[in-house]
Amino acid sequence: MGVESLQERYAIMLSSDDNVAVALKDLKAGEIVELVIGNSKLVVKLLDDIPFGHKFAIRDIHMCDYVIKYGHVIGRAKRDIKVGEHVHVHNVESLTAVYSVCRGGKP
Amino acid sequence: MSRPTILGYVRPDGKVGIRNYLLVMSTVICSSFVARRIADQVQGAVAIENPFGCGQLEPDLEITKRTLIGMAKNPNVGGVLVVGLGCEQIQADELVREIEKTGKPVEKVVVQEVDGGTPAAIERGVTLLRRMAEEVLSQRPEEVDISNLVMGVECGGSDATSGLAANPVVGYASDKLVDLGGTVILSETPEMIGAEEILARRAVSREVGDKIIKAVKKWINLAASYGVDLVGTQPSPGNIAGGLSTIEEKSLGAIIKGGSRPIQGFVDYAEEVRGKGLWIMDTPGYDIMSVVGMVAGGATLVVFTTGRGTPTGNPITPVIKVTANPYTAKKMRENIDFDASTVTLGQETIEQAGERLFKLIIDVARGKPTRAELLGFREFVIHKIIPSF
Repeated sequence: MGVESLQERYAIMLSSDDNVAVALKDLKAGEIVELVIGNSKLVVKLLDDIPFGHKFAIRDIHMCDYVIKYGHVIGRAKRDIKVGEHVHVHNVESLTAVYSVCRGGKP
Repeated sequence: MSRPTILGYVRPDGKVGIRNYLLVMSTVICSSFVARRIADQVQGAVAIENPFGCGQLEPDLEITKRTLIGMAKNPNVGGVLVVGLGCEQIQADELVREIEKTGKPVEKVVVQEVDGGTPAAIERGVTLLRRMAEEVLSQRPEEVDISNLVMGVECGGSDATSGLAANPVVGYASDKLVDLGGTVILSETPEMIGAEEILARRAVSREVGDKIIKAVKKWINLAASYGVDLVGTQPSPGNIAGGLSTIEEKSLGAIIKGGSRPIQGFVDYAEEVRGKGLWIMDTPGYDIMSVVGMVAGGATLVVFTTGRGTPTGNPITPVIKVTANPYTAKKMRENIDFDASTVTLGQETIEQAGERLFKLIIDVARGKPTRAELLGFREFVIHKIIPSF
């Protein structure tokens, strides 16, 4: 896996290449989450409530950029996503999506 | 650091098992009761009750035969008794001929050939099996290198903690076993939908990659032929509520349990895995069927992650049950071998839990019984693709 995890109590990154992390408990907007990546630390201020098991951005993700989890592409951003924002079906689409925002709303 | 060793039963064909069962196997459902009655009376014996063996079209017949022969060839089995009825499609002699190639002791009883019917067949079988038990149960395990281990990885009763913690922890152990020269089998093709391109890029050759993509398409088309859309309906509403946003994310959370190493090959359901490293087997996502396929393909140990708590085992192979759900770890504690909820709770890293799990894998490969073994779970079911005829 190559995950030298990267761990604090409240959230987990599944790979050091990821641009999202996953909440390990119900987190509230305004909370500060610290993630350890190798020898460095990343501090993220949450902009939304993030329920357990849900994702938040740990870097700014531009519209139509890839969303990376497990070190792999899990989809594309349907709009710009800021650090600390909830990342879910409202702002992410599958590469298999029939109607893709990033393909101009066309099949 | 010295390499870990396991306690293995070295079979005549050179394969290494970590258990030493006498397998009593029915060729058809009609002889399954006889098989079970024989196994019940002999120490070290276990029966697998074949639900098919008759009324099958050729493609399914092949799968059933391959599965039965694979179970018998698995090195966790020291000797085999084939129990036939006589008039069925899968003939005892055909299985015996294939199993004999391993060099392990094989006997058969065919009910319709024994004077007196099933009571006489049971008596004959018990006599043959007791004789075989003297030889097989006398074999002692030896210290052998861990690279002899063939580990199947499976998930069932998954929840949000499966992709988040349990599967990554198992993935860490998978990578470790592959790096030590062992074999890992990943299965459940329908759960690779959306991640097939990622897997194909990890294949050692174009040919292997193409097989992965083709197999995933086959399952999508098969479901579509029954009017079911496997792609558009995933992730399910429950998955979305749990935080999964796309089908790719869901599939990656499942395949992560196979680790991250190159994919050496792709085999059919119950086909023998003939090499080291990470392999993929084409099986349904139905967990018990998938476990049986991997064991028939040579898995001598299975690691099974479960969010909700699946108690299943296997007739001849230890199944290590892993959960990362703290509630399941507590409520189903008698069924769970390894508690990875420490990762979910942020108390342990994936790497730390993975190291702990790897130690347990070695212990089980040195004879430590799993909960499923202790509790007597021995589920057996064979994949089929066509209705019976």
